[in-house]
Formats: sequence, C-alpha cells, structure tokens
Amino acid sequence: MEFFILSIIKAAVVAIVLLTTLAYLQWVERKVIAHIQVRMGPYRVGPHGLLQPLADVIKLITKEDLIPPHVNKFLYLLAPFLAVTMALISISVIPFGAQIHVFGYTTWMQLTDLNVGLLFVLAISSMGVYGIALAGWASNNKYSLLGGLRSSAQMISYELPLSLAIASPLLLVNTLSLREIVQAQSGSIIHWNILRWPAPQIVSFFVFLIAGFAETNRVPFDLAEAENELVAGFHTEYSSMKFAAFFMAEYANMITVACMTTILFLGGWQPLFSPAWGSNYVPALIFAAGGLVAIYHGFNPARKLDRITLPVTGVVFLLAGALFLFTPAQAALIPLFWFAAKVGLILFLYIWIRGTLPRFRYDQLMQFTWKVLFPIALANLLVTGLVVALS
Amino acid sequence: MDVILFLIFAIIAVVCAVNVVVQTHPISSAISLVGVMGSLAVLYLLLGAEFLAMAQVIVYAGAIMVLFVFVIMLLNAGAESKRGRSFVAQLLGFPLLITFLALAAYFIQRLYPASAIVHFGAFQGGTAQNIGRALFTQYLLPFEVTSILILIAIIGAIVLARKEL
Repeated sequence: MEFFILSIIKAAVVAIVLLTTLAYLQWVERKVIAHIQVRMGPYRVGPHGLLQPLADVIKLITKEDLIPPHVNKFLYLLAPFLAVTMALISISVIPFGAQIHVFGYTTWMQLTDLNVGLLFVLAISSMGVYGIALAGWASNNKYSLLGGLRSSAQMISYELPLSLAIASPLLLVNTLSLREIVQAQSGSIIHWNILRWPAPQIVSFFVFLIAGFAETNRVPFDLAEAENELVAGFHTEYSSMKFAAFFMAEYANMITVACMTTILFLGGWQPLFSPAWGSNYVPALIFAAGGLVAIYHGFNPARKLDRITLPVTGVVFLLAGALFLFTPAQAALIPLFWFAAKVGLILFLYIWIRGTLPRFRYDQLMQFTWKVLFPIALANLLVTGLVVALS
Repeated sequence: MDVILFLIFAIIAVVCAVNVVVQTHPISSAISLVGVMGSLAVLYLLLGAEFLAMAQVIVYAGAIMVLFVFVIMLLNAGAESKRGRSFVAQLLGFPLLITFLALAAYFIQRLYPASAIVHFGAFQGGTAQNIGRALFTQYLLPFEVTSILILIAIIGAIVLARKEL
C-alpha cells in the first residue's frame, strides 16, 4: 500500500513537471529562435512573455474542434491520442537522479526501473510512428498523406542507425536497465560513455543525436510537415486540442531523446567531475553568478523598471544557489541539477539547429541515412565490439 | 492479478485477430494486427519473457507493421467490395468452425495431457543475457542460417526492385 501511494505521488510530480516543461520548452524555443533572428519573441503576455504558454493553452482549448466530413473518423480520432500517449509514456523509465530520503521514505528519483528499460523506450518510440502515419492517412487529404508517408519512411530508416548507435555504449556498460547504465558511468567526465576507456563513443553519440533529430521530425528533418510543400503535412486537417496533441507529442519526443542521450552518453545525473574536487559547489556558484549579474544590472538600469525587477530576480537566484549548499537538500538537488543541465543543453542544441539549418531535400535525407549514417554506425559497433572483446 | 491481466489481453488479442479478418479496409486490418502483436507482447511479459516482449513490439508492431501500413498507404488500396457468399458456406461455416476448434482442443488435450502447465512469471530465462547466451551457444547454427536466409531475401529484393542495371 505504501508503495502504491508513493508511486502515485511520484507519478503526479513527474507528470506535472513534464507538462510544465513541455509548455515552457515551447516558450524557450520561440524566444531563442527570435533572438537568433534578431527579434524580441513573445513579449505581451506577462513579463517577457512568460505567460504565453498559458495563453496558448487557453486558445487551443477554446478553439472550435471540427472534424472534416471526408475523414475516416475512428482513425482520425485515434491518431493524435496515439501520438501523445506514446510520447508521454517513455518518461516513466527515465532516471532523473540518485536515491533520496524524504520524510523517512527512501526512493529513487525515477518512476520505475525495468531491466529492459532501454528496449522499452525503443519499443514505445517505434509505436509513435503510427500516430503520424495514421493521421496522414485518415485525414483523406493528399498533403496529409504525403506527410504521413514521408514520416513513416523516414522513421523506419533512421531507426536503424539509432539502434546501432545505442548498441555500442551498451557493450561498455553491459546492462539494459537505464538506472544501471547511469550508475556504470559514475565518477568524472572520463567515465561517461562518450569518453570512456577503452572505446570512446564520440561517433555513436553524434549518430544517435542526428538520428534522434530525425526520429522527432525536427528541423532539418521535418519533411513530414514541410510547410512550403505540404501546407502543414500530416496535421493539416487537425484543429484545437487534436492539433495540440501532435504539438505536445513532438516536444515530449524531444525531451525523451534529450534524456536518452544524457543517460546513454553523458552520464545521466553524474556530475562533471568528482565531488572530491568540489563539483557540489558548481550549481551554487552558477546560480550565485547569475544572481550577482542581475543585481549589478539592477544598479545600472537600462530601463526604469529594471531598478526593481532585476534585484528581485538576483535575490531569487542567490536564494536558489544557497539551497544547493543546504546539506539535507543536496542529495536530491545536485543529481537533479546535473541531469537537468545536460538535458537542457541538448534541448538548446535542438533549438539552435532549428534556427540555423535549412531543411533537407527528400532524396538527400534518405541517402544520408542509408549511405552515411548507417555504415558509420555499423563500423563503430564493430570497432567497439572488437575493442571490448580484446581488452 | 496475473489471471485478470491475462484474460484482458487474451480477449483483446482474440478480438483484434477476428477484426483483422472482418474489416473490409486493409488499413483497419493492419491496425488490428498491431493490436494482436501488442497484446501478445503483454502475454509474453506476463510469462516472464521480458526481452521477447520488447522484441515483439520493436520488430513486429514497430517495424514490420509500419512497413505494412506504409505499403498500403502508398498503393492507396481501397476497401474490398463484399461479394455474395455461397449459401452452403453461410449455413455451415460457423458450426464447422466450432467443430474444428473442439476437435483441435480435444486432440491437444489427448496428446499432451497436462505435461507442461505454464505458471505466470515462473519462466526465468527471459532476460537479454539468457536469450543472447542461448542464441550464441545452443542455437548458434539455426541463428546463423536464419541470418543467411534474411541476407538472401534482402539481396533478392534489391535484384527484383532494381530494373535499370
């Protein structure tokens, strides 16, 4: 019974955090893209547009939810449901941090640990294709159909290099449980799979990242919804919350890929260098630096309002930094900080690339995976296998 | 708990399997087949074969059935038209099916009288390590022969598909 209640609480916390992250990831994306393109981005709703996600949610819920008359109704309704469910489920096996003790209870910062956790994520993500493919087909619209076809062909093709890139770090850690994969990489950065002796997985890290981009249908691989060719691709006929479901699925998939990259290659919640060298003070230092910069700018304000807002922000940052020095909270917060920092960096990379690279042509997309990525991943697996067997 | 889960997913599997045949549109049939694969995976999981369950979802539901759906979408296959069935088939079909199932059950019961009763979760050799070890020691020859067979199939597909040489 205790386990049951604990699981429900953990699931609720993870669900709330995940959905908030989804909403704000979109805000971050709009802001970052805007600054890359020398614009301001969302600015009207709340300070610096911070309430924009809330406004978007209200807009999407209250919009007219129409079902076109020419669609296959059952599959048309099933597709967004399938897409968003499959995208959200994989978070259940992701480990966010080490063991924690709260109010006398000891638990892991992870919903559940499967001994085939990695395969579970792969299985769920391979089921996610149906959402897009069926949406394209059931809409009974040529643009949607083309988008669905493109995306299913693309996802099948990129799943091969993705799986091969996953296989080589597994040879180093010798387990399929995500928690044990992270535990095997404990210590400093040289123990992470990306740099781990005897077979550093730098190549498979990049293959995984590229294939992951393609699996989530993000720029430069977003041919399924190439707006200048296909209107909006597979979700052309969807409106209101059904459109939002596809949107959420895309961002949830981004988060999953970022988490998997972190766990497989970047050591999950393990710190950059060992706590003996003071890695426990890094989060406090980062927050303190941010707070001091904000306070400094508050004393030399560029605008009138900055005189108040910036020092307040600075004090909040300093308090957050102080929380990381508070010993009882450290065990929970510091692994979480490292995990969030790594995932955040990869998500930023996603957005950065979206603001930088143009879209592939379709034949380039297919040639790239079959003639470049696949052989590289295969060769890397072979070399890793040899090195692991010989050492 | 195990029995309840087994009943739920066994019923889903059977209903989906019947639906594969009953549906007139190829896409609906293919989606029903995905349902069969998924519920079979859950049944494997209940028996304690977690690696097999995940492989079932990844390979069958996730890769092969996506290809099926892809091809059906690409060929734009329409719903099949129902033709008039013969009177004899309509009259005798269902009773004959029941008789066949009953006979099959009877003979299986006679040939293997309670020889191996399956318990939920009693199977211990389902981890990835066990499967890998079995494949590369005990079943090495069938495993390698299968891989050669698949290689031949791939080359054959390329030769057939490649018109201009």
